[in-house]
Amino acid sequence: MESTTLWTETVPGGATWSHVLKRGTALRMTDVEGGANVAAYFLNFEIPAERFNLPDTLKAQHTARLTKGHALYSDMGRILCSITEDTVGWHDPLCGISNGAQVEKKYGKLSYQQARNEWHQNARDGFLIELGKYGMGSRDLHATVNFFSKVTVDDTGDLRYSANNSKPGDYVELRAEMNVLVVLNTCQHPLAPGAAYAPRPVEISISKVSPPRTNDPCRMLCSENTRGFLLTELFFL
Amino acid sequence: MATSILQSSQLMPHDALHSFVVEAGDPFLLELDKGQVVRIVDLEGNQAVDTLFYNAHDYADRYSAQDTIREQGNVYLTTGTQLISTNGNVLLTITADTCGRHDTLGGACATESNMVRYDLSKGHMHACRQSFMKGIQQWGRGLEKRDITSNINFFMNVPITPEGGLTFEDGVSDAGKYVELRAEMDVLMVVSNCPQLNNPCNGYNPTPVQILIWDSNVH
Repeated sequence: MESTTLWTETVPGGATWSHVLKRGTALRMTDVEGGANVAAYFLNFEIPAERFNLPDTLKAQHTARLTKGHALYSDMGRILCSITEDTVGWHDPLCGISNGAQVEKKYGKLSYQQARNEWHQNARDGFLIELGKYGMGSRDLHATVNFFSKVTVDDTGDLRYSANNSKPGDYVELRAEMNVLVVLNTCQHPLAPGAAYAPRPVEISISKVSPPRTNDPCRMLCSENTRGFLLTELFFL
Repeated sequence: MATSILQSSQLMPHDALHSFVVEAGDPFLLELDKGQVVRIVDLEGNQAVDTLFYNAHDYADRYSAQDTIREQGNVYLTTGTQLISTNGNVLLTITADTCGRHDTLGGACATESNMVRYDLSKGHMHACRQSFMKGIQQWGRGLEKRDITSNINFFMNVPITPEGGLTFEDGVSDAGKYVELRAEMDVLMVVSNCPQLNNPCNGYNPTPVQILIWDSNVH
């Protein structure tokens, strides 16, 4: 895809980032060191009551994992973003985010007073603080996606975390199909093994991209997505 | 945890405090006190019962599908499953289950998602979110669309494959199967008895369910 990079920055591990990603641009997240996890939540910036709906995303595309070609659906039958590039192959939509009690139990408490900006942070607090800046709160935080992480489900329904899913330099690109408030958090995946608090950084870049054509791979993935793109385009008529 | 843990209940319907029949396409809201037990009976079989739970004293603290499946390490709900809230509280525990499998990833049907999933012309068919919206608006205690989050689908069969596939399959439930939950704190239960006609979740024939409540001193 032809693109022009408009912005790049590095978000450290354990941090929260937000941006109103404009229709006609794409957000690329690159795993700098390998083993990153980026929890993500999306809202229609113009009508924030419309936000990411995980069940609608999964059932429309008959999937329990996310990769290139998939669309991220809102609760209004429209597409917030679509995944236009992906070198990872599996992103976890099932397991949600860490919270304060969990991080303390797993990694121990480490306060800001003790450790300054190396303190132990959790994803839920990060999301709630960031949503608060836009006038929203805990009622507005629904299910999230974990980019770069893989958790499989076996025949009995048990969850299995897959280590080494994402390598240094792996990236995933999200094309905004409307003006989307994107909120990201780089805390560790809640099922990541190991006793070390070691959230990884991610590089963020924003590019200008062309709109999805009639033969766009995300639009053509399934008839559900063809209708989803049509309904999203209707929003702008 | 096994896929399903079949467990019947000793509670007798004639001891129940309340018994309600909820027709397909209707909402149903009820507060449960800590210790009370609720049984949902699939009266005619293969009926999805979309259900949300809230801390009765703080609706912002509500059932979380992702926290529930992660904490139990399994995507399916059955006997022994603790329903976890966004604040990490145990809202209810599934104490009996004669069906063996309940979904919490498939969400609720909505007129808008029906247009995406089936056809643009399906947008005027009745859907669970219509019932949820009507139910919470009639309840009238400040609940809004943003409070309708990822729900439980009792009696619904949504298998996930090791390759990451997800499908809506014919139900494993049958007439008379039930699931029973004990309230671990005071909770608000919000039900939509699913009207979906476009997939096998209700066997293409939505039917009534029964909801029974027992007081804590009975069990």
